[in-house]
Amino acid sequence: MSAISLPAHDAHSAAHGAHTMTVGQFVRTYVFSIDHKIIGLQFLFSTLLWFLVGGLLALGIRWQLAWPWSDMPVIGRMLFSAEGGQISPEFYTTLFTMHATVMIFFVIIPILAGAFGNYLIPLMIGADDMAFPTLNMLSYWFMWPAFILIGLSFLWPPYGAGGGWTSYPPLSAVWEAAPGSMWPQNLWLLGITCVGVSSMLGSVNYMTTIIQMRAPGMTMFRLPMTIWAMFITAILQAFALPVLTAAGFMQLTDRMLGTGFFLPEGLVVNNSLPASGGGQPILWQHLFWFYSHPAVYIMILPAMGMVSDIIACFARKPLFGYKPMVYSISGIAGLGFIVWGHHMFVSGMNPLLGMTFMVSTMMIALPSAVKVFNWMGTVWGGKVQFTTPMLFALSFVSMFIIGGLSGIFMAATPVDIFIHDTYFIVAHFHYVLFAGTAMAVFGAIYFWYPKMFGRMMDENLGKIHFFLTFIFLNGTFFTMHILGAVGFPRRLADPYDYETFRHLLPMNQFMSICAICMVAAQVIFAFNFFRSMFFGTPVGRNPWGANSLEWFAPTPPGHGNFDMQPVVYRGPYEYGSPEVDTDNYPQWQPPPTDPKRLYKSEQH
Amino acid sequence: MGRFWSILFLLVPVLGVGCFVWAMADMWPMQGHWLPENINDHGRVIDNLFLFILVLTGVIFAATGLAFFWFLWKYDAAKNPQPVAFTHGSHTLEVVWSILPAGTLVFIAIYQMNAWADAKMRRPMLPGPDGQMATQDDIPKPSTCEVTGRQFEWRLRYPHSKPENWKPGDPYVYGDDDLYVVNDLHLPIHEEIVLSIKSQDVLHSFFLPNLRVKQDVVPGMLQHVWFRANKTGVYDIVCAELCGWGHYKMRGRLTVESRADFDRWIAQQVQAQSQSSFTPTPTAAE
Repeated sequence: MSAISLPAHDAHSAAHGAHTMTVGQFVRTYVFSIDHKIIGLQFLFSTLLWFLVGGLLALGIRWQLAWPWSDMPVIGRMLFSAEGGQISPEFYTTLFTMHATVMIFFVIIPILAGAFGNYLIPLMIGADDMAFPTLNMLSYWFMWPAFILIGLSFLWPPYGAGGGWTSYPPLSAVWEAAPGSMWPQNLWLLGITCVGVSSMLGSVNYMTTIIQMRAPGMTMFRLPMTIWAMFITAILQAFALPVLTAAGFMQLTDRMLGTGFFLPEGLVVNNSLPASGGGQPILWQHLFWFYSHPAVYIMILPAMGMVSDIIACFARKPLFGYKPMVYSISGIAGLGFIVWGHHMFVSGMNPLLGMTFMVSTMMIALPSAVKVFNWMGTVWGGKVQFTTPMLFALSFVSMFIIGGLSGIFMAATPVDIFIHDTYFIVAHFHYVLFAGTAMAVFGAIYFWYPKMFGRMMDENLGKIHFFLTFIFLNGTFFTMHILGAVGFPRRLADPYDYETFRHLLPMNQFMSICAICMVAAQVIFAFNFFRSMFFGTPVGRNPWGANSLEWFAPTPPGHGNFDMQPVVYRGPYEYGSPEVDTDNYPQWQPPPTDPKRLYKSEQH
Repeated sequence: MGRFWSILFLLVPVLGVGCFVWAMADMWPMQGHWLPENINDHGRVIDNLFLFILVLTGVIFAATGLAFFWFLWKYDAAKNPQPVAFTHGSHTLEVVWSILPAGTLVFIAIYQMNAWADAKMRRPMLPGPDGQMATQDDIPKPSTCEVTGRQFEWRLRYPHSKPENWKPGDPYVYGDDDLYVVNDLHLPIHEEIVLSIKSQDVLHSFFLPNLRVKQDVVPGMLQHVWFRANKTGVYDIVCAELCGWGHYKMRGRLTVESRADFDRWIAQQVQAQSQSSFTPTPTAAE
């Protein structure tokens, strides 16, 4: 933690007294901190650690798909001594269940809302902290029971929860349905509930902070896109999460008390007869996706916001169509509540309802398309600086085009009949969530790192990291579209038993090699991340020449953020404005006194 | 370096389209890396829709990818002496690029509704008592076989009872002397087939890749799928919904054969089933 012993600009700065701290002060400052930046960094470190875990779980899946039933080199014997170093089919179900659970609930959602939401919201709106700092601290510490519960559910002998991250009953709800459907499934449900509590505490806080605590002059339409995205995300969380929590408890009572919400009459699972009945398995799917589809947008909107900020900054040009961007985020959020049924086209849901969901799902592609066009419009006519954060942000746009377009195949119900639950869908959501969100997160880390730690990350290492990640992610995920076209199903421990898919093994081996290289490339990132904390080039307040308020605060900001009250005069994207001679025009800079210099906008 | 990165982004549409074209061209090393052979008369419409959307999205993908490359190439700060175009957007452009995709998307949605209805809602019918099709008293075509998913196998039940006024050519009905088979589905070619599908324990999904049929089976629900196979052969029945640790081995086999072969197979199976395994069969020895 001495890493943060950088020149403190603030009398309140905790780093200032790092060497003379008592244990109690240390705990209050860095462990149970109520400073939004420390909480943001706690989220960042925790989620990056889980990112590693989730990535390694993915490699386990890829190993089995490329070299089925063969001993894993080196670690196989340590992990699966009972099977002689192979992945057993039971463990394979646990692997993909945990890969998704970890990546969604412990990485993407908390790194966007928890890490960047926490760190950036007060700084970008010019507030000294969140509206409810203690609630904020709790939102981080509620993640720990979740970490422990899900970790236990993974490690529970003999097999962890294996019902998929979607936990469809009866497989997940009936005690005897699978080895992992016993205690591990209970722990999994409790863990998800804790993540839900954490997200809920965060979302209440973000909404209040953004509405109530903006600096003077910071109107809603002068907010950076990052903040708009975080705001809309918080609303999505607040409205969608209670449904998941309720559904989780319903499944828990089905399991423990025999309530039978999701279990029909006359179920014979694994030769045992559950007493309960009168329920409907599809009900769970409706409730689950009512949360988890908006959650898909919770996992992409903040990334879109951060990418908009990064692209405008390094194109040195105003964001193209700021208001359409805000409206399209809101449109995505609104439509996001009425498209959940597209996960259920072949679930047995009334096919008539499928038509309704198809239309709303097609419509949600529209705001996404508008955003892509606006990003491209932002680059058009600018002066593009190919910095590491910019490369990651550009790759977000490039990859999101693929992820967005492949969604249209699935939205088309007749086509979905064939590609549902195949690798086509796996390709689609990895393009959105990994090639999209995770790349945006990397970009955001490179972009805001100097503000967080007062030092730059190494640009050359950053570009190598980008190049390798970009190449290997496409090698891993683009090929999945082709597998999907053959109908290659997800979640099979050994798909090669099927005549139809036997010849796809070499392509899977190619993908697995790419995946291994992609994970290996992250070593460069980890090295750069930790090395730069100590040896990076120290920077001033605004190393990128950006416009938004966080660059007005000292670097790194102390507790209380700003040493002077920021006053906002304009929107965050006035790059290249003729009113000033510099190519950036920060939000806090007063307008020129000479009236002749004032720029008359043609439409605003 | 701006040149280098622009070209990297140019590779996305080039290699992306190339990868699909390569797979469709069936060239080494991607032979058979495309839609598996369709043997369902009603499946062609799904393939055509897939290809239609592929072409449409492919054009958009290539166009946006190339434009993206060109913008990065042209507006590279290191090479571009022009001042920044200080613009906040264009109302006209926003309207254009909202209406065009919206129109296209609504078109796709409406265009495919019929295919969806054919696949999931319009179950094949038989003429009712009046002997005429497309009248009020039409009855849904009875199922040729009832498929029950179970961890980790497909249990099949063929009806084999003759109703009172049964004539040769009439369908059998379910009764006491049904034929039970596991994982080995035989069906006649060139006939409209209806299958009843259900589950005994957890969710499964009845997936016939070559027939473009997929339907989750849900315990407590009786559902139907229908198709008309047009090529004899043996095809896979895949379970496409996670059903437990043995999900991967829940593999069935579909044999499409001529009506005569099918009838012969049914007769054989019925005979094999009616012979009690406990009674020795002396006929062969004698």
